[in-house]
Amino acid sequence: MSRLDQLGLSRNAMLWLLLFVVTFVLAQVSKDLAKEMDARWLMKVPRDLRIPMRGDISDFMSWLVESASFGLFTFTELTRSISWLIEQPYDFVRALVIEGFVRGQGNEAVQVLPSLSWLAVAFVVAAMGHYAGSWRLAIFVGLCFLYLAVFGQWDSAMITLSSILIAVPFGVGGGLLLGIAGYRWPWFDRLMTPVLDLMQTVPIFAYLVPILFLFGFGPVSALIATVIYAMPPMVRVTTLALHNVPSEIREFGKMVGCTRRQMTWRVLVPSALPSLMVGVNQVIMLSLNMVIIASMIGAGGLGYDVLTSLRRLDIGAGLEAGVAIVVLAIALDRLSQAFANRPPPEHSERQLNAMQRHPWLVTCLAVILGTGLVGLLLPAVQQYPAGAEITTGAFWENLVRWINVNFFDQLEASKTFMLVNFMVPVKRFLLGLPWPWVLVLITFAGWQLGGFRLALLCCALTLFILVNGLWAKAMVTVYLCGVSVIIACIIGIPIGVLAAENDRANRIVQAFIDTLQTLPSFVYLIPVVMLFRVGDFSAMIAIILYALAPAVRYAAHGIRSIDPQLIEAGIVSGCTRRQLLMRIKLPLALPEIMLGINQTIMLALSMLVITALVGTRDLGQEVYIALTKADTGRGIVAGVSVACIAIIADRLIAAAAQRKKRRLGLA
Amino acid sequence: MANAGVKGVVLGLALGLGVAGAAAADVESKDPIKLTLHDWTGQLITTKMMGEVLKKAGYNVEYVQADYIAQFAGLKTGDLHVAMEIWETTGRDAMDEATATGRVENLGETGMMAIEEWWYPTYMKERCPGLPNWEALNDCAEEFATPETDPNGRYLGGPVTWGGFDDERAEALELDFEVVHAGTDAALFAELESAYQRQAPILLWVYAPHWAPIKYEGEWIEFPEYTADCYNDPEWGVNPDMAYDCGKPRGPIWKVSWSGVKDKWPGAHSAIKAFRVSNDEMGAMVAAVDLDGEDLDAVVADWMANNEDTWKGWIGQ
Repeated sequence: MSRLDQLGLSRNAMLWLLLFVVTFVLAQVSKDLAKEMDARWLMKVPRDLRIPMRGDISDFMSWLVESASFGLFTFTELTRSISWLIEQPYDFVRALVIEGFVRGQGNEAVQVLPSLSWLAVAFVVAAMGHYAGSWRLAIFVGLCFLYLAVFGQWDSAMITLSSILIAVPFGVGGGLLLGIAGYRWPWFDRLMTPVLDLMQTVPIFAYLVPILFLFGFGPVSALIATVIYAMPPMVRVTTLALHNVPSEIREFGKMVGCTRRQMTWRVLVPSALPSLMVGVNQVIMLSLNMVIIASMIGAGGLGYDVLTSLRRLDIGAGLEAGVAIVVLAIALDRLSQAFANRPPPEHSERQLNAMQRHPWLVTCLAVILGTGLVGLLLPAVQQYPAGAEITTGAFWENLVRWINVNFFDQLEASKTFMLVNFMVPVKRFLLGLPWPWVLVLITFAGWQLGGFRLALLCCALTLFILVNGLWAKAMVTVYLCGVSVIIACIIGIPIGVLAAENDRANRIVQAFIDTLQTLPSFVYLIPVVMLFRVGDFSAMIAIILYALAPAVRYAAHGIRSIDPQLIEAGIVSGCTRRQLLMRIKLPLALPEIMLGINQTIMLALSMLVITALVGTRDLGQEVYIALTKADTGRGIVAGVSVACIAIIADRLIAAAAQRKKRRLGLA
Repeated sequence: MANAGVKGVVLGLALGLGVAGAAAADVESKDPIKLTLHDWTGQLITTKMMGEVLKKAGYNVEYVQADYIAQFAGLKTGDLHVAMEIWETTGRDAMDEATATGRVENLGETGMMAIEEWWYPTYMKERCPGLPNWEALNDCAEEFATPETDPNGRYLGGPVTWGGFDDERAEALELDFEVVHAGTDAALFAELESAYQRQAPILLWVYAPHWAPIKYEGEWIEFPEYTADCYNDPEWGVNPDMAYDCGKPRGPIWKVSWSGVKDKWPGAHSAIKAFRVSNDEMGAMVAAVDLDGEDLDAVVADWMANNEDTWKGWIGQ
């Protein structure tokens, strides 16, 4: 036995330690070294090595928009007819819930039929709550919608709701079909995986411009962008759920002689339904995350209210509109979860009439008709009276002002401390590294953790960033996300552990992180800027707030899903609570916690474009600049670079978690 | 009860038709003209003014929310028709690129002049008596410093996409200031609001017409006046080796349209061309909405009532 082993260090750990020391030294000296040796190419990727692709992508795009043709019709005509198809149901829903049915266009429009009254909409939603769950749920969602009316968010909320009502079926339907295809043909699954990765990691701003070109201006483009962003989890969940259908059920299907189609739609999909509803839930939540960005390209609704209020620095109004999004999200989330967990209906032998068979349907129709007719006489029934709306705007504004006036110096001091002692050194370290060494290091890490193929992938993705001349910006990105993820984990993992140990804390924590994830980040970005000024620190706070949730969730889940027998074994052998936590629970939960860190990184990267709004100088800013200049190629190249970083991080951490699991005997 | 409801519907229909009938003057096409709305109040007012005037002329008008730069994609294809505010200072490149394709037409100036310059709140004059002269900036750079920039002063510039050559300006005029870029104008004015609440030092990019110079008391820095030579010719100005040793250009705010507007709605085309409003008029209206909290449509309606002769001239009545 060598001395190293006695020290408790494996050979592997020694190797990593050595690599880290080399990297650290290189970061300190290589800038001067490069100057000394007249080898500037070490620090800056030489121009000859660059193969910029953005011009080609832009050219391809303009060809696609202007001259691509299938003979009978052009490509643009094809995409335009798709948007026309999507527009029809969208217009219908919008007319139904808010605008009313009209004849004619523009200011000549004449209302033929009023929209559903606010009472009717709230009642229908509450009825759905009862149908899917319980009276409690019905009252809860009813109150959520009442909140929207009382706080004067009704009209915007209904516009947002109608885009969600269209985007979600498209996302779910498309995801389901692609998922089934992936289940049937493994080659299709392999083809889809990288595409899905890209869909989830390329910032939306990057492909907004091409979508506008192809699908025209307005809510439809926003809908399509929403669907692209919200669909991937549905595809993944579908494939996974179908694979997990117990083989007994499949064999039973074969025994009764199902055709392939019957097998899919009558056997597999119904029995995978509970898992599929998890995907539906994800699609709803992600669609609501897109509300702000969709409003930038003409979707209107609550997202637009948030944006305009904050441009006026009306923090209170922005917050109220933001909270309305949260309320809408929570109501829809609870509803869809209730539908997922609904017990199968009981079949009754008795003959029933239509009224008895569909009590809720009939009542809803009656309420819709009733309130519609009464609404013609009593406007308050049709539209919530403006006089009865309340607002808390002034309170929030005064709160921020009070903090600003009284505590600014303390905040400033702590910010300076963080900057000087933590953020700036990390930034120097990363920007001081010579690029060939980073390339070697990442490739080597891939090889160590996942073998030859992972090494190849890591190397190729890093090269993509290199040849496109985005190296420095990518490093700033890694720095900003890196420090945010570290802090998010330091805060989030202990909270997660606490939530797992204590039920009461759990409920509070859950509500808190649900709110953080659905509240549009723009809402807290502006107060953060007021208190911490424009700069990396404000960006970091925004990223931490947004990316905290998975660190908490996965840590809690990891601890809760430990085999209770292992914990009992610990108690029997006389562990204290502390030992139980440090020696048994945490190590066993580690693979799960690592997956949480992985998700934290993904969310941090997806916040980049938003933090560009407070003036960072990273890939997110590059994407944002490309958007404002309508430069398709530039946006896509920068967006794909963000995706490259995300995929490298994802694959490396997943491989490490897998190894850890195997070593713990969990896999 | 049901009978009353039916009556209501009939009444509603009749009212609707009546309104439509009144506005039906002779126009070239009844298709709606789509005007774009962005996310700042001044633009909303300009657009609503134009829209209301077009309605009076009998045109069918529709307002569409769109992003300031991304809208050019829609203007080129004819999805959108009219954009009422393209600023010389921030939208010139995108506008030139679009008009060069021949599918977007520049309909001339709105009459408003965009001012963009370094700006400070009045209370800073006590700490730095030489202001607004730019040469005083170096004497009190430390007054404007923050821990990150010390001993240099901190100047908060606009988003990188706005251009403006502030980094170059600071270098050419040898100002001891570090230029920090805000990502959006919301962030820009959030910092101003924060500093103003505390009466703390701040120097930043402010533009007009906007509510900020109305809400906060302050002044523009007086740089050497802009000329084209200053930007192109290094020899010009105090620094013989560098360009940009002067203030920012002040330029008009333009109106643009899809080039098909001229053929489809010639009357509207000339009305939009004739549209003019001054900085002062616009500033007052923006303040009424953003600072006094008045309803935007009501403010526009007021203007329509008080300036009947003006807008009737645009539509040739």
